[in-house]
Amino acid sequence: MDALPLLTTDQMASFVARGFLRLDAVVPPEVNEQAMEELPSLFRSWVDEFRGVTGERDEGEAPLPRSGTVVTEAYAADSAFGRMVRVPAVAGAIASLVGAGPVVDHHFVHIKTAGDLHAQGLHCDAIIDQGPAFDIQLFWFPHDVAPREGGTRFVPGSHLRRVNMDDVARYHHLAGEQFFSGDAGTVVIFHQGLWHAGAPNHGSRDRVMGKLRLNPTVPQVRLWDTSDLDAKNRNDDHIWARMDPGMVAATLRGSEGWYEPSAHRLETVQRAHLWRYLTGDPDFDVDWYLTRTERRAALVTP
Amino acid sequence: MLWLASPTLEARVLGWAFHDGTAGAGPQPEQDPPYGTGTAALVDGWRLLQMSALTPPIPGHERDVSFLKHEFVFERMIEIDTDGAAAAPVSRPRSALEH
Repeated sequence: MDALPLLTTDQMASFVARGFLRLDAVVPPEVNEQAMEELPSLFRSWVDEFRGVTGERDEGEAPLPRSGTVVTEAYAADSAFGRMVRVPAVAGAIASLVGAGPVVDHHFVHIKTAGDLHAQGLHCDAIIDQGPAFDIQLFWFPHDVAPREGGTRFVPGSHLRRVNMDDVARYHHLAGEQFFSGDAGTVVIFHQGLWHAGAPNHGSRDRVMGKLRLNPTVPQVRLWDTSDLDAKNRNDDHIWARMDPGMVAATLRGSEGWYEPSAHRLETVQRAHLWRYLTGDPDFDVDWYLTRTERRAALVTP
Repeated sequence: MLWLASPTLEARVLGWAFHDGTAGAGPQPEQDPPYGTGTAALVDGWRLLQMSALTPPIPGHERDVSFLKHEFVFERMIEIDTDGAAAAPVSRPRSALEH
């Protein structure tokens, strides 16, 4: 069996800085077509359940997986979700971010019907989660999504903000926010904390998206292709002193259009903490923010 | 509502929201963002209702990041034909500039 295509150090650094990773058109057409057959009925059965409508599952319809089931056991290899998570590019990204044996938290199918102009309030899923370890959420778009046709709205760089669920719903427009559009078979992987929302669909067909949340079961330390990590991992790269091109620090100090300049520096610190967790390097830093204060603290007699 | 890059009204707009009390019958934002700074909104006739207080960080959480800090709330009163508001459709974008 061929080795999975693991993420690169640059891709991991970008995920830490921006909270998402796009895998464009990686799922084959036949798998997307299967999803277009399976996922809408799954959505409608949920709607019936919420409305109190009882009914039998369609013949051959798989029961929902139990939370905590290893992903490859949760989905049969010939099911739509099962085939998607086994696509090498997807499986490699999963292995790089949460390990090769993550467990299913839950999945859901989101449908934005044609002509539905409601803009969902901005939110992050679940609640505030503490600690650097993180889940990922796969947003799978099994058909082409044109601009303004209901592609998910999301806010790059929002994943490390400490907010709870839809407490950010009042932010209707933020500089630099994105609305997904892209080719069929694109999977966008979100850090659990990334702000997002269902967007208006001005198009003429329903927009279907399958979302899958995965929990790691191993420390998320150096799981990607780290062959170039040491060369990029300087802890003394400093915007006001010496900077070398190609360093991880260059990616982690990137700003977003909606950041206040003062918050941008704090974001850099939060990303450095997350990078320390992912690399197991307790001395990593960007722009010396952590190092200078840690060294000063060590001078003070308790 | 405007969220600005720093506590001063002269700072650039990072984000905005338009809460339309006319249900589409009144004037709508014409560009994204509607104004480049908070001061530009004042010049265009909006009244400042509220701005975020400047609060010291919570001890132990000085480096946490959370909500946007510099929130400014404005209002503008206009006269409209109330028949127009009553005709607003159920499914409509929050503003004409909605994605």
